[in-house]
Amino acid sequence: MDLRTAIQLGIIGLTFFMLINASALLVLAERKIMGFMQQRYGPYRVGPHGMLQPLADIIKLLMKEELRPKGADKWLFTLAPIISVTAAFAAFATVPWGAQTTFFGLLDEPVKLGVADVNVGVLVVFAVTSMGVYGIVLAGWASNSKYSLFGGLRASAQMISYELAYATALASVVMLAGSLSLREVVDSQSGVWFGFIPRWYVFLQPIGFIIYTIAGVAETNRAPFDFPEAEQELVAGYNTEYSSVRFALFPQAEYINMATMSAVATDLYLGGWHGPWLPPEYGWIWFLAKVGVILFVYIWVRWTVPRYRYDQLMSFGWKILFPAAVINLLVTAALVLYFNA
Amino acid sequence: MPETLVFYLLAALAIGASAMVIGQRNPMYSVMMLIASFGALAALYIQLDAPFVAVAQIIIYAGAIMVLFLFVVMLLNAPQEDRAEWDRSHPLRQPGVTRFGTLMALLLVIELTWALTGPGRAVESGAAPVSSVREVGRVLFTDYMFAFEATSILILVAMLGAVLLARREGEQP
Repeated sequence: MDLRTAIQLGIIGLTFFMLINASALLVLAERKIMGFMQQRYGPYRVGPHGMLQPLADIIKLLMKEELRPKGADKWLFTLAPIISVTAAFAAFATVPWGAQTTFFGLLDEPVKLGVADVNVGVLVVFAVTSMGVYGIVLAGWASNSKYSLFGGLRASAQMISYELAYATALASVVMLAGSLSLREVVDSQSGVWFGFIPRWYVFLQPIGFIIYTIAGVAETNRAPFDFPEAEQELVAGYNTEYSSVRFALFPQAEYINMATMSAVATDLYLGGWHGPWLPPEYGWIWFLAKVGVILFVYIWVRWTVPRYRYDQLMSFGWKILFPAAVINLLVTAALVLYFNA
Repeated sequence: MPETLVFYLLAALAIGASAMVIGQRNPMYSVMMLIASFGALAALYIQLDAPFVAVAQIIIYAGAIMVLFLFVVMLLNAPQEDRAEWDRSHPLRQPGVTRFGTLMALLLVIELTWALTGPGRAVESGAAPVSSVREVGRVLFTDYMFAFEATSILILVAMLGAVLLARREGEQP
């Protein structure tokens, strides 16, 4: 194995490691931020300032007894969390997170920071995230519980209605960039307008960015759109009957999906690793900073906005979000045609 | 050689999963097997150097249509097919239905044989690959414009029909 292959494998391993850690860090960040928003400290006992709380959580979840309700479907009950977490990890496979680098001259040819560079990368992310809903739907069905079943039904209906707006918002950016490769989309956002405004697509696509963010919240089943597990109505929704490690995989998939959504938003709308002051070699610092800001907004929204009513969510998705996305797409297409002709 | 091996592996997976779809008593498992079959097909498309078709297959069939299938199966609340209903009086067990099914299966076998062994059919592949999304879009909106528009009108009609059926009597839209 030569140095180049080793470094490629190292990058893949690093991406995997970052995603696993992202879920642990996000649990801590969520509890801390929620605490501060509610004028509390949040977790404070384990480690300095409660920093080791995720570790304690994981140990606790591993030690718990695994239960499977009577009448549950044995195979699908086991398969559901695996599908969830596999789709969450796989979705990140085509998301680039840094510019090309030679590792300070270590390599003759630069390598790309990211797992794989596919020429239909945007679509791959979209396709794989849409497979994640099977985990939730199957968990709901296989549990043999009415609350779980309703959670699963809601998840599938919600996914169908939000995926349309989500895909239409993506299509507008793809039209601007003229490419389906995430790396090329990022690279088309380098440079500045008028000397100070970065050429990020969020300035060309403000409506698209808002639609993407709202649909992203609905896709990851986060509050205010967390209907599959709405605890006041459905106990815990699709994961009511789960315990121990199988239960832990569902929140983990949710947090990894959040990280993927934020990373894709950064690549598509916020210029990826492009930013002032830092040399391109250190672009990943910009990337991580932008992802961090979006993740903070996710958590901020969750603890600020109350949950919608389910029928409101459906009519909002079909009657407001989707038409807005279509109009945005048509206007973008007309403008692209006008300025390129 | 490894490519051929992967091909046979995926093809076996696709055929096996498709056979399991009709071999399952539990409709939930049938849906899962159909998803597996679509996944294997998508992998075959990737092997044919058509990543766009593969991803479209996943998004449309495995991602959207099968979610609707699951939705319907869950609402049917039929985890096990009722064996008592499956007796001689079942409409699908009548002699006419059986004969029609046998005829269709025979026709399919003849068509497949003709398509696979007919003159100059399998040779045309290997021409310019139409893998780029740009090329697919250009061909779709120029050469196959009429077929594309006809399909979209068909889908529109189906949508209007669904809305009409879903609306209750005397209710304002």
